[in-house]
Amino acid sequence: MDKWNLIIDIENCTNCNMCVLACQDEHVDNDFPGYAGPMPKHGARWIEIMRKERGQAPMIDVGYMPVMCNHCDDAPCLEEAQNGAITKRDDGIVIIDPIKSKGQKQLVDSCPYGRIWWNDELKIPQIWTFDAHLLDEGWKEPRAVSVCATEAIIAKKVSDAEMAKIAEEENLEVLEPTKGTKPRVYYKNLYRYNKCFIGGSVAIKNDGVEDCLKDAKVQLIQGSETISEASTDVFGDFKFDKLDEDSGKYKVMISANGYSPTSIEVELKESITLDDIVLTKT
Amino acid sequence: MGPLKFSIILFGLRFLIWLRALQYETFRNRLKEKNFTAQMKTKANTVGRWFVFKNGKVHSGAGIREDADVVLTFKTADIAARLLMPPINQLEQINAMKDFLLSLEGLDELTLWFTQTIMKTQTVGWKYGIEMGRGITRYTNMTNGGPVFLYVKDDKLIRITPIEFDESDPDTWSIKARGKVFKPPRKTTLAPHGMNWKSMLYSPDRLLYPMKRIDFDPNGERNQQNRGISSYERISWDEALDMVAGEIKRIKKEHGPGAIANSHGSHHTWGNVGYYLSADFKFINAVGMTRVLHNPDSWEGWYWGAAHHWGGSLRVGQSETYGTVEDLLKEAGMVVFWASNPDGTSGAYGSLEGTVRRKWLKELDIDIVHIDPYYNDSAQFLGGKWLAPKPASSPALAMAIAQVWIEEDLYDKHFVENRTTGFDKWRAYITGEEDGVQKTPEWAAHETGLKAKDIRALARRWGNKKVYLAAGGWGNGHGGACRNATGIQWARSLVCLIAMQGIGKPGVNMGNLQWGTPVDTNFYFPGYAEGGMSGDLHHTAMSVELFQRMPQLPSLNTVEQSIPRLWLPEAIMEGKAEGYAWDGKSIEAQFNKISYPKPGYSPVKMLYKIGGSIFGTMPDSNRHVKMYQSPNLEFIVSQAIWNEGETKFADIILPACTNFERPDISEWAALGGYAHHGQTQLNNRVAVFQHQAVKPMGESKSDYTIFSMICERLGLSAYFTEGISELDWAKRIFDASDLPQIISWKRFIERGYVVIPPEKEELRDPLSWNWFYEGRKKDVPEPMPLPSDYKDGYLEGIQTQTGKIEFEALSLKRFDAEDPERPPIVKYRPPFDQESEDKYPIRMLTPHPRYSFHTQGDGKDSFINNIKDHRIEVDGFYYWIIRINEEDATDRGIKMHDLVKVYNDQAGVICAALVTQRLPRGAIHGYESCATYEPLGEPGKSVDRGGILNLLTPKKSQLKKGHSMGNSTALVEVELWNGKVELDTKVGAKVLNEFSEPVPAE
Repeated sequence: MDKWNLIIDIENCTNCNMCVLACQDEHVDNDFPGYAGPMPKHGARWIEIMRKERGQAPMIDVGYMPVMCNHCDDAPCLEEAQNGAITKRDDGIVIIDPIKSKGQKQLVDSCPYGRIWWNDELKIPQIWTFDAHLLDEGWKEPRAVSVCATEAIIAKKVSDAEMAKIAEEENLEVLEPTKGTKPRVYYKNLYRYNKCFIGGSVAIKNDGVEDCLKDAKVQLIQGSETISEASTDVFGDFKFDKLDEDSGKYKVMISANGYSPTSIEVELKESITLDDIVLTKT
Repeated sequence: MGPLKFSIILFGLRFLIWLRALQYETFRNRLKEKNFTAQMKTKANTVGRWFVFKNGKVHSGAGIREDADVVLTFKTADIAARLLMPPINQLEQINAMKDFLLSLEGLDELTLWFTQTIMKTQTVGWKYGIEMGRGITRYTNMTNGGPVFLYVKDDKLIRITPIEFDESDPDTWSIKARGKVFKPPRKTTLAPHGMNWKSMLYSPDRLLYPMKRIDFDPNGERNQQNRGISSYERISWDEALDMVAGEIKRIKKEHGPGAIANSHGSHHTWGNVGYYLSADFKFINAVGMTRVLHNPDSWEGWYWGAAHHWGGSLRVGQSETYGTVEDLLKEAGMVVFWASNPDGTSGAYGSLEGTVRRKWLKELDIDIVHIDPYYNDSAQFLGGKWLAPKPASSPALAMAIAQVWIEEDLYDKHFVENRTTGFDKWRAYITGEEDGVQKTPEWAAHETGLKAKDIRALARRWGNKKVYLAAGGWGNGHGGACRNATGIQWARSLVCLIAMQGIGKPGVNMGNLQWGTPVDTNFYFPGYAEGGMSGDLHHTAMSVELFQRMPQLPSLNTVEQSIPRLWLPEAIMEGKAEGYAWDGKSIEAQFNKISYPKPGYSPVKMLYKIGGSIFGTMPDSNRHVKMYQSPNLEFIVSQAIWNEGETKFADIILPACTNFERPDISEWAALGGYAHHGQTQLNNRVAVFQHQAVKPMGESKSDYTIFSMICERLGLSAYFTEGISELDWAKRIFDASDLPQIISWKRFIERGYVVIPPEKEELRDPLSWNWFYEGRKKDVPEPMPLPSDYKDGYLEGIQTQTGKIEFEALSLKRFDAEDPERPPIVKYRPPFDQESEDKYPIRMLTPHPRYSFHTQGDGKDSFINNIKDHRIEVDGFYYWIIRINEEDATDRGIKMHDLVKVYNDQAGVICAALVTQRLPRGAIHGYESCATYEPLGEPGKSVDRGGILNLLTPKKSQLKKGHSMGNSTALVEVELWNGKVELDTKVGAKVLNEFSEPVPAE
């Protein structure tokens, strides 16, 4: 049986919010019995874009991560629901019945990802529905997917085995897998959100004139082991990425022919852009 | 034969009216609207037929009736037969009107109804939209953010989507580059403000009824001082229109020509008929109004600066853009984005089309550099090296790059020698030969806050690669740093840089993949700047092509007085203003000085405002608040869709409907005029019939209808409408375009859209500037410059005096060689407000907004207010976002989403702080163009929490001998808001925001 999955590539999300707006367009003031009651105009973020800035000016990057109901296979909300209010469809989509779920505010807290929203006017819990009402009418993908200009969000209807293979091949991850709920929303390049970097810029000084140094050798050392090597670009820049946050002490060693090597100790908490490193002639 | 033919046609008309009434309920209902007698006849009464309309019934007979209320007379039966025999020849009809071969007599409300009813016999049966089942009809429309499908059920808009092409639509183009094939998807993209439209249509801030300020009495007390304070009462359309038409008549007679001014925003809801350059311009010309002349707001530095070096005045000083997408993908080694954020500004009308292409950049080995004080959306998307100069300082960076190229011999000497003039003069300035200051990276580092080593590294990399320079959002100018205090220098110095690298060499050009796709540029559809139904040959680009393709009555404003928009408040308050006209016909046209009041004309006594709020977009906008409360304005009418910004400062409010509630026609990103071939921003050219998808909300009406109802009361309706409806105008535009070659009208209005096939690969446009680089005649498809601007021969060389790129601009040398603000060679001058940096140490950037389209989409309880980077809700109110560097925030005790006061001596604005590393220290960033104005106390004298950052920006023109905003940066301070409503400045002085100095007058 083919089931729906979502693949979100953080490197291609520009924070344009088209998915967010399309969700509001589809659901605010529209009632889809059996799928979802109307979405409140404000305060509900069925799709929400999270921001992560890494590093310090002028070497930074900014990752945007759309999050929504993960349509988990082992969803705690399913367990928590009374009266059969939440069902798991054969195609993998989780539906909160807008009538049966009335008054069940406890469901909001049951989601470990915090993606169930309480509609205070209708007294019902609500989620991003994968636009199941449209898929059932023959639409080929949810609206959040079709409005995404950069294809940062892709929907795939494949077997679980096939999806596992795709996840393996494309290095896809789910959010916080330790929660054990088997999400159906996968992420690509998640490091832009949950890992960090050490970056910096190398320069030299000749006759009082400072210049960027290209092709300097930079080593990242943890303990006594060199865990990564890089060389600087035309701006003298280097970057070691995909490091764990709060991962302790590192040493950055810079060497270049004709210059004295330099090293810098770093206690890594979050991404860090080092002050410029100026090498002196040997 | 004439008399017989005419009699048969008249009988046929009688039959048609009877048939349509039988067939269509809407037509039957229309017939119930009026009771009167109409007569059609020859001048000599030889042939005639009368029609009596009474309580929905129509009686008709051959012959002449003396008691007719409406008389349509043709000189002879031959002429009548010729004019009325299908297919109707529009040009013959127009000529007949001009030659007085036909006349129309009677009350306007009856004559217009009669002619529109005759037209309706042709249109009433048309079928619109595609049935989707379950009672849903799919219509189409066009937003400023792109074309859309509208799903409607029971007159309610259910959803909006971009357009997915079907198998009947043509395939799109592809480009082969570096072993890859790049092909865009077969669908349209949409910008956020387009996706937002359902909440705009149903906004609680929609104006639903005509309204009058409660303490305004045109026959008694007008209480102008209470504008913006007093509330409104609902009145009927008849009351409102009688009052507006009455005031127009009174003011014209009491004060003379020029006493009525018309002010419109820079944009409108989309559609070639309803656009302001169409319906409003015809209305201006019909009534005779003082025009509020716009400055080239998004192009300032290019128009007032760059054009003097490389021409392009008809493109507002920007560069041609043909073929650059393919060339960049194939040849370029690096793209320098300089104040260029196309992924945040959607290319103005280009939806997210360019973003689709810029994703390809990530797949290619092309270096990317972003020069922008803000780590903008394109930087976020594409990555690359970020250089963040101090706002308004980057002309110094450009000069240091030139200095490195000169010193290290990294420029195209052959090109400079053969295709440019005046390089020696500029080189002498750059090397310090002229003023003793060498413009080294170290010198520029001091001005810009950048590091000299980074400047040198950039210059060397650039000098050793084939580089595309992307200036502003479009890549060839537009937006970016051209509208700050040093915007003219910036644009000028970038022209010098690209000239040094040999523009037009494969891989060396202006662009960022936003313009220059291989669509078919030879297929004609008029852009909005071509003026639609305006008949205005002077203030639109109609004369280029549309006027001949769509014959219509020409229209001319008999009032020659105009007001430079930047000084509109001063013109009203102080009674005088001077500026320079925006006129692209030649480089020198910008030297025309305009003065207000123009000799012999009346000062303005009445303001007719149409469209979106300009409080959010004009510098030092408290001036406009004061203006609105001035007793010098006896009457203000505002014709608007939403109750935003300045609407609530009017005496009478006329509710307009959106373009989802009226018919129209248009093409996506078809700008025309100053942005010729704007469709090259698109991956697929798409023209749409803009269906009336739902009935107008409340009693709102289309702009066209409102204008024609006012014109009825002025006896001008036949002139304004040519006797037809906006639907008929849409059909005329269809017929005037090349669309009939690829789709029938019937199919077009049913389906709603058509994709214009892409150009065949072998017929694609040549690369811009390549003709110039190689010394050929100009071969790109743009009809500019005008023929008399050529010297050696038609299509030889560019528009400048020498026909070459001029480092020393001879036009400036001729005009005023001693102007320190704009010398013939570009020199660096720090921003004019630099001496105030001690007092207000933070430089604020106010670029175009990302999520709203200017004011459109902001406020009004729309979906966009939920976007965390647009507004943030604090205690039930949605505050405007101001971005601030993390360390600057920490110094001031400011945390994420704290309410802060951004202020200077002019005003104070309450915003929500977004603490970020996307700005260097000393700079803050917030969008301009907020739609709401919410003074917490007396308007103009208290802090605003609507979010109008333009309250804080300098009104000063970038140069005295121009009319040029320089307000995309301003000096301010930021602090945690203490909840006080009064304006307190840092130095403790109460600011009353009085006018301190008059506007520049030469």
